[in-house]
Amino acid sequence: MRIGLFATCLGDTLFPEAVKSTAVLLARLGHEVVFPPDQTCCGQMHVNTGYQREPVPLVRNFATQFGDASIDAVVMPSGSCAGSVRHQHEIVAERYGDAALRAGVATVKAKTYELSELLVDVLGVTQVGAYFPHRVTYHPTCHSLRMLRVGDKPLKLLRAVEDIDLVELPEADSCCGFGGTFAVKNAETSTAMLQDKMRNIADTKADVCSAGDSSCLMHIGGGLSRIKSGTRTLHLAQILGSTRTAPYALMEAAR
Amino acid sequence: MSTFLGMPAAPPRSPYGTGNLRGDRKFPAAAHDELGNDQLRRNLGRATRTIRAKRIDVTGELPDWEELRDAGSAIKTDTMNRLPELLEQLEARVTERGGTVHWARDGVEANEIVTRLVRETGSSDVIKVKSMATQEIGLNEHLEAEGITPYETDLAELIVQLAHDKPSHILVPAIHRNRDEIREIFLKEIPGVDPALDNVPAHLAAAARAYLREKFMTTKVAVSGANFGIAETGTLSVVESEGNGRMCLTLPDTLITVMGIEKVLPRYQDLEVFFQLLPRSSTGERMNPYTSLWTGVTPGDGPQDFHLVLLDNGRTAALADTVGREALNCIRCSACLNVCPVYERAGGHAYGSTYPGPIGAVLTPQLAGMHAAKDDPNSSLPYASSLCGACFDACPVKIDIPSLLVELRHQNTEQSGTTAEKLAMKAAAGVMKSPRIYTAAQKAASFSRSVGVGGRDRTISHLPAPFDGWSDSRDTAAPPKQSFRSWLASAEGAETMRAAAEEGAAHPAGSPDEGAAPTTEGPDEGAGRTDESPEGDQ
Repeated sequence: MRIGLFATCLGDTLFPEAVKSTAVLLARLGHEVVFPPDQTCCGQMHVNTGYQREPVPLVRNFATQFGDASIDAVVMPSGSCAGSVRHQHEIVAERYGDAALRAGVATVKAKTYELSELLVDVLGVTQVGAYFPHRVTYHPTCHSLRMLRVGDKPLKLLRAVEDIDLVELPEADSCCGFGGTFAVKNAETSTAMLQDKMRNIADTKADVCSAGDSSCLMHIGGGLSRIKSGTRTLHLAQILGSTRTAPYALMEAAR
Repeated sequence: MSTFLGMPAAPPRSPYGTGNLRGDRKFPAAAHDELGNDQLRRNLGRATRTIRAKRIDVTGELPDWEELRDAGSAIKTDTMNRLPELLEQLEARVTERGGTVHWARDGVEANEIVTRLVRETGSSDVIKVKSMATQEIGLNEHLEAEGITPYETDLAELIVQLAHDKPSHILVPAIHRNRDEIREIFLKEIPGVDPALDNVPAHLAAAARAYLREKFMTTKVAVSGANFGIAETGTLSVVESEGNGRMCLTLPDTLITVMGIEKVLPRYQDLEVFFQLLPRSSTGERMNPYTSLWTGVTPGDGPQDFHLVLLDNGRTAALADTVGREALNCIRCSACLNVCPVYERAGGHAYGSTYPGPIGAVLTPQLAGMHAAKDDPNSSLPYASSLCGACFDACPVKIDIPSLLVELRHQNTEQSGTTAEKLAMKAAAGVMKSPRIYTAAQKAASFSRSVGVGGRDRTISHLPAPFDGWSDSRDTAAPPKQSFRSWLASAEGAETMRAAAEEGAAHPAGSPDEGAAPTTEGPDEGAGRTDESPEGDQ
């Protein structure tokens, strides 16, 4: 399958390891990974903060970069960016776009997937040949869980990882408190939510807290770093990308 | 010759400075104080967790729960689409059955109507059924100013009233009080209470009961709200748990019901849907203990003088917004409050409105506006959410609250003129719409690391405003040496991808799992499905 990889602006710029792992994993599974070089950002931050005019060029650029019929599916290692493409681009296109933009948005929406959806639903794999001999707990992230409805697809993938010690996260479906600019505008409420999330993570005694979204992990990881927790964050793609021949070295820095 | 009458004016919002639809501070400032209240957070955490678990039990046990939610949503949407005709039908039926209908443009008019009606009875006291609409318009405060004493008869509302406090939850108004506080309030405020009263809940309830019984037996006028009003028959309904409402609705000579115009339902049969949705969503009960239904006046039985005050107070303004009107479908069950992580931490008072929590954050700005004054506190409400979506899943009428919050944020920025934030957003979009500038910005970010940003441990622990709230409790890692796209374009990236592709060609690891059936359809998801189904029920 010819798969278009959207790195997301956050992943491309600040968390490239998760994107690398995604690219390598898909190539290792025998798929052609294409990276349209002029891709930038999906505009999620703009829309969620209340700005719908400003991201029109971003929405248009996304549809242009990935609309090509030779791209069978579009994947991104982010539940919230996939949610933005699938739920918000049409709102923006409807309000400020033209017929061409609306059509382009509808075309890419229909073939856009978050990583675990692509692997389990489209490619039909849960066993990706990963090896990760560590204690891991998984935070499902709100947009993956309630916007995309990925259900337990990420957990199916993790359960199939060789030698993983997967432990359930208490109150897993509670929001970590990130919420994009919410964490800045309502920093104290966000912190109160983060503290509860970190307490639940600590209860698992996991080496790694994983998730399918670098933004939530930036929030959780930032909190864990501040309290000098022994648990660190790692994107789902990086666990799935860890193999016996190229195992992830857990002692390295977060990226 | 024709006269140009101009464009129809936008329907009015609830008048500024009236009622209880606006706090005096923005949400983050109000939440700051509430977050420091450990008692409040413990109470809220315990109470919301308990109600959440009960709700999941009693909604999960119904095989047709999702169909009920769809039916509830469809009935309310139909209602809003033909609200004027349904309200006129309701008026006609109530009048035929001996009631009197009054139309109140806003809270000020409603307060004046109720005050006049009470005066006409000669009574200086009224007993009250728990009611959000009368809280919204500040009826109690108005009556007191006019020399009429209102007595709240719902136990929690009584506690709030005696404490000269405001409710903090739609269903559990005194959720922020514990039993010791309630004992103190009763000792201080209930005339003739036993000074030896302890903090045992049954004893506290008995003290309130003795106090209220005397009011029920002696007060000639009651004021209520309404959960539902049936256009087809003119029937009004109140659902409750304690029976105090039943006392108020049956014992007095005069009953005055204040009902928001969005509470109308087309048919009597529609109650079948809502009498299932409401108690299961709100208290987590299969059925609420008391359901009262009354139609006009029944000679010789119950109040012989019945008045229905139909309250607009910004509802028509909300209805005029084709996106925002969905908030009018709310049946005030408070399920969204109980699942909201923001409500659970900040509490109801932080919202500054009779309607707190996720539904309050979308309803309050629509009823009362977000820009009625400079730095209107209501403009902060749509941002009082992490957009986690738990409210949408819990809503019995499937109101897409996260999308409404995003819509109201959009309306807020559109009405706000030029702000620093808007300029920053424009600048960010300007960078991101140009791949060339975007790539240059990435290189600058990587360069910042090489000049020492983040220090030796590559961790940034202090950021300037407006990001200081973030960095107060979170470290931020310095940008990496190389962006993904730089890596991909590098020799190392090309070699890594080539090796992975070779492995992919050599090993069958990428073939579908045995028994797994890859789909060829597009992404599949359902909107606002309940959180009870672990995988989503596709």
